Amino acid sequence: MANLIKPFRTDLHVHTVLSPCAEVEMIPPLIVEYALDLGITLIAITDHNSSANIEAVQKAAFKTPLNVLPGMELQTREEVHSLCLFDTIEQIYQLQKLVTETLPPIKNEAEHFGEQFVVDETGEFIRREEQLLLVSSSLSLNDAWKFVNDLGGLFIPAHVNRKAFGLLGSLGLVPTDIQIEALEISKHLNPEDAAKQLPQVRGYPLIQDGDVHRLDEFNGKMTLYLEAPTIDEIRMAIHNNNGRLVGFS
Amino acid sequence: MNLQEIINNLDLKVLTEPKDFSAIEPTCGYSSDLLSCVMAGAPHKSIWVTLQAHSNIIAVATLLELSAIVITEGAMPELATLARANEEGVVILSTEKPTFNVIGKLWEMGFHC
Ligand SMILES: [Zn+2]
Ligand SMILES: [Zn+2]
Repeated sequence: MANLIKPFRTDLHVHTVLSPCAEVEMIPPLIVEYALDLGITLIAITDHNSSANIEAVQKAAFKTPLNVLPGMELQTREEVHSLCLFDTIEQIYQLQKLVTETLPPIKNEAEHFGEQFVVDETGEFIRREEQLLLVSSSLSLNDAWKFVNDLGGLFIPAHVNRKAFGLLGSLGLVPTDIQIEALEISKHLNPEDAAKQLPQVRGYPLIQDGDVHRLDEFNGKMTLYLEAPTIDEIRMAIHNNNGRLVGFS
Repeated sequence: MNLQEIINNLDLKVLTEPKDFSAIEPTCGYSSDLLSCVMAGAPHKSIWVTLQAHSNIIAVATLLELSAIVITEGAMPELATLARANEEGVVILSTEKPTFNVIGKLWEMGFHC
């Protein structure tokens, strides 16, 4: 018998204490607890240029209804943030290898940028990430898109409506020489208003996330209708195929 | 001041097809690396100094009919971007110098607006 399409309340843009701009409360057990409290059953962990806390959150969510996808908020050389979403840890570590090689070697200064903590599934300190994560990789948007796509991932420019590090702020228009499948808008912009206010986004599927840096920033307004929490299924939902879809409440 | 004089004085490399640059007179100058700002702020037919080399610079230059784009710090557009620039008749110039030096030199040459 075929699986049934089920609703997954979803937030695909969640930071942890590894991101210098995130609050120290963004540790695995609290992320899981707060997401579940809102009825969210699908998240992606997307730290800036880094993936070192994903497995800890996955472990914290083990045997709970919360599904945790590996992701990264990549900053390419155009100063554009994009979500790179995958099914497996192996995929994200392949991207990580490339990103690590293409970051400028600048050390984080915690007093200016904030702490970058790698933690375990209980939130216990493991180490400080030395590399400053709030910088641009020398990868171009186009090359990053291709790499993520070839790996089987989903590449979604983040908070495109935001001036700082948003696709439209930095690049004015959605590039047409690569096939961008969807755009993320920030939670303060109603998806219906987005198409009215931003002519550049018309025709592109939209997703909306919390860009969660604090526990009270989960969005919880987006529901994906999927058979299973996988990249293939999310892709179908974005393109409104085979009964999968993206809903906003 | 025409574009050929600017190219000579700033020792700029021409990345797109050669044309009669002495016939092009930029109206003014503008600088930003945020394309949304350029679209809103760069004067028509001006010269734009930036280190942004993403292919969207061609769409912006076409929209505003810019006289030329000067890409600084040696940032290199992809070949496909240069091909599109040639198709659209957009002039792309390049220098290893940072944006600050390019603008300072233009100002020193008396290119004010
Ligand atoms: Zn961001
Ligand atoms: Zn973010």
